[in-house]
Amino acid sequence: MTIPARAMGEAIDRVDGPDKVRGLARYAFEHPVDRPAYLYPVQSTVARGRVIGIDCRQASSIPGVLLVLNQYNAPRTNIPAGQGELNILQSDRVAFRNQFVAGVIAETSEIARHAASLVRVDYQEEPHDVELGGDRDDFRVPTSIAPQFPVEVNKGDVDAALESAPVRLDRIYLTPRQYHNAMEPHTTIALWSDEGLALYVSTQGVSRIHDVVAGLFGLEPARVRVISPNVGGAFGSKAHANPDIVLTLLAARMVPNRPVKFALTRQQMFSQAGYRPPTVQRIQLGAERDGRILALSHSSTSPTSKLEEYAEHSTRPTSTIYAAPNLRTRQRVASLDIPTPCIMRAPGDCPGMFAIECAMDELAVECGLDPIELRVRNEPEVHPGTGLPFSSRNLIGCLREGAERFGWEARDPRPRSRNEFGWLVGTGVAAATYPALRYAGSVATIRADPDGRYTVLIAAADLGTGTWTALAQVAADALGVPLSSVDLRIGDTAYQWATLAGGSSGIASWGTAICEAAGQLRDRLGRGGSVPRQGVEVTARAPENPYANQYATHSFGAQFAEVRVNADTGEVRVPRLLGVFAAGRIVNPKTARSQLLGGMTMGLSMALHEEGVLDSRFGHVVNQDLAAYHVSCNADVGEVEVCFLEEDDPYVNPMGVKGVGELGIVGTAAAIANAVYHATGARIRELPIRLDTLLAW
Amino acid sequence: MDVEISLRVDGTEHRLLVDTRTSLLDALRERLGNTSPKKGCDHGQCGACTVLLDGRRVNSCLALAVAHQGAQVITAAGLATDGALHPMQESFIRHDAFQCGYCTPGQIVSAVGMLEEAAAGWPSAVTPEFASSNTSADGGSGVLVEDEIRERMSGNLCRCAAYANIVPAIREVTAR
Repeated sequence: MTIPARAMGEAIDRVDGPDKVRGLARYAFEHPVDRPAYLYPVQSTVARGRVIGIDCRQASSIPGVLLVLNQYNAPRTNIPAGQGELNILQSDRVAFRNQFVAGVIAETSEIARHAASLVRVDYQEEPHDVELGGDRDDFRVPTSIAPQFPVEVNKGDVDAALESAPVRLDRIYLTPRQYHNAMEPHTTIALWSDEGLALYVSTQGVSRIHDVVAGLFGLEPARVRVISPNVGGAFGSKAHANPDIVLTLLAARMVPNRPVKFALTRQQMFSQAGYRPPTVQRIQLGAERDGRILALSHSSTSPTSKLEEYAEHSTRPTSTIYAAPNLRTRQRVASLDIPTPCIMRAPGDCPGMFAIECAMDELAVECGLDPIELRVRNEPEVHPGTGLPFSSRNLIGCLREGAERFGWEARDPRPRSRNEFGWLVGTGVAAATYPALRYAGSVATIRADPDGRYTVLIAAADLGTGTWTALAQVAADALGVPLSSVDLRIGDTAYQWATLAGGSSGIASWGTAICEAAGQLRDRLGRGGSVPRQGVEVTARAPENPYANQYATHSFGAQFAEVRVNADTGEVRVPRLLGVFAAGRIVNPKTARSQLLGGMTMGLSMALHEEGVLDSRFGHVVNQDLAAYHVSCNADVGEVEVCFLEEDDPYVNPMGVKGVGELGIVGTAAAIANAVYHATGARIRELPIRLDTLLAW
Repeated sequence: MDVEISLRVDGTEHRLLVDTRTSLLDALRERLGNTSPKKGCDHGQCGACTVLLDGRRVNSCLALAVAHQGAQVITAAGLATDGALHPMQESFIRHDAFQCGYCTPGQIVSAVGMLEEAAAGWPSAVTPEFASSNTSADGGSGVLVEDEIRERMSGNLCRCAAYANIVPAIREVTAR
């Protein structure tokens, strides 16, 4: 059962809006502190090797320099298993180019930066290995990716089914390195004093940072406090503790009682803040002539670092999206001398659905079918991977609603059939899906006061996702009180432990804890009971989902794109995007629409602009700023329309929400690539789609 | 080397000591504690640090503070007067023209500066060549067409990608 909605479903303005439009909302670097010291890092100039000497004399002689931190004087840390990237200044090893090898602490940021340029580091360089060529012999199956999803799926006899299928397709799709590039760089202020450690940090989860930091330095958990009320975008890169946090802590340890401030530069973010690794994906499809899929095989290969394993799980959506009696997915990784990749908006599903949905478009052409009809014919009755029923699934509804809104019926399916004054016009469609996740462990406290106010405390995060607003709406309905009587407090480990804002799981995970606490509070107060003078406080942990093993829980959507390709220059414009989504209950249609619209636009950016270019001679990404790594700007974006289908799902969580942070980016790039094919006849299987590729076609 | 300069920021006069290497952005943020202009790239590539400097929108990360002795600076915090939000700020909230809010003060200052440029008849890259200077931006109607807004606001990146909300938010203000 889901709780009745009164505040939920209301399209109310962001409560943090008035502060944010004036620039008064505090982000990590902006918290006022006394006598801050500033940190600036020194980064390795080799991709692999050993630091054999550090000469700090010149840097140390600059007035205002407090200390040059390096492997010889840095405090020792405990490195948790599987988090080798945090192992900085602990040994002489260099594991990738631009890894931190020293840092300067100074009175001002200008002094720190200048002095850092004077630190001389000598290396014993070793040959490095940074490119994922197909001729390697060290590809391996990742040890595990996300515990709730199998690394690989095998169903039926794929090879035999492919062999005998009347229609066959075998294609390779490539996606490049992509960088989150949140507008707020990764920033930290650390103050180490007799009272313990206080950290202001830009993060998707203060509780996780708290636990990692306490472990690294062997601190009593109660002596560490992490604060992060506002986060200037994250998209996965701020999910985990990154080396910049560790470097700030090492520095703060060395200058006790002085707050140390450290903000990565935009350029440093390209080596320190994770990225979506490039993928090489192979899709093999076997189908009947009427389009029904007989076999589907999907393999994906991506690089990881030698410090940690991260595999881009591009084959995760493959076992969810279409009925395939014979199904096979394969994941491979190889370890290189590069920084560790990490989750980025719709990890796995985003690049994976690019490949699958382009392949489906190719199959539609092969079968002479409308691409929407092809998808309808392959709609599964149960989850193809697990055999579980879906808790709710309305992909067909999204496709049909979108077709009507977009004017799909009038489409002439022949490529190059519309030429408007030198612009080739085409339209494309793709499906979207993302798991409806709910992470265990969040705890909420609710305090009721006799003046009728309810204070809700939980260490949740707002990355721009609208948590400050939407979670208060959830709390109001869980308590059965007006929204105006709820005070929400988040982003601080002074409140109860919370899971991180990731996997579009935030509202589902934190809201479940709040519903549990609210239920206990209401029981405590009894029917119509008044709040005693001293108030009442209840703390409760989110219970497990009793339906967890009975249903497959996923959100779905349909992406439509119109593109115009200049016949002479190959320039691609996207005047129109439409997304129709079935994602459970929508807590705040205003902020949810923005999340989906933002995801779709990031998908446009992925389709046409984004690519980190590695220089294999040196092992770094050369276009490491916002001038050379293009993200969509205002003039790149046209109309973006978002539409929700009503969906009542009693099996996901007490609110009936499925999460909308990632669904919007899934499928968008495929819809655009398919529209480019329709406009031009050019089937581009490598992102980003560039004008030189189109001209050469 | 430190130099004392004076700046008038959001209507308040300040005397402050800056390093000759200090950007106007760092002077505002780190010396004066004005968190309204944001540091997104420090290279003039993202626009998050946009302020009005003597009436014109600039990337404050590309300006050295010491070169702007006596300048008048308006940040998004200073656009709100007597506690009331500027119409552009209200419109951004109503249209949900931001998510994380980090690029937002820069977007809003940029939008306010941009409308003055358009009103003064400054053309943009998408202004038709045949238009006269008075009507180049708005066709004489007083309302900027969407493509003009998109072009003129393209120096302000938004990674949450609220562009499709930013354009109508600005357009609504121009329509008044």
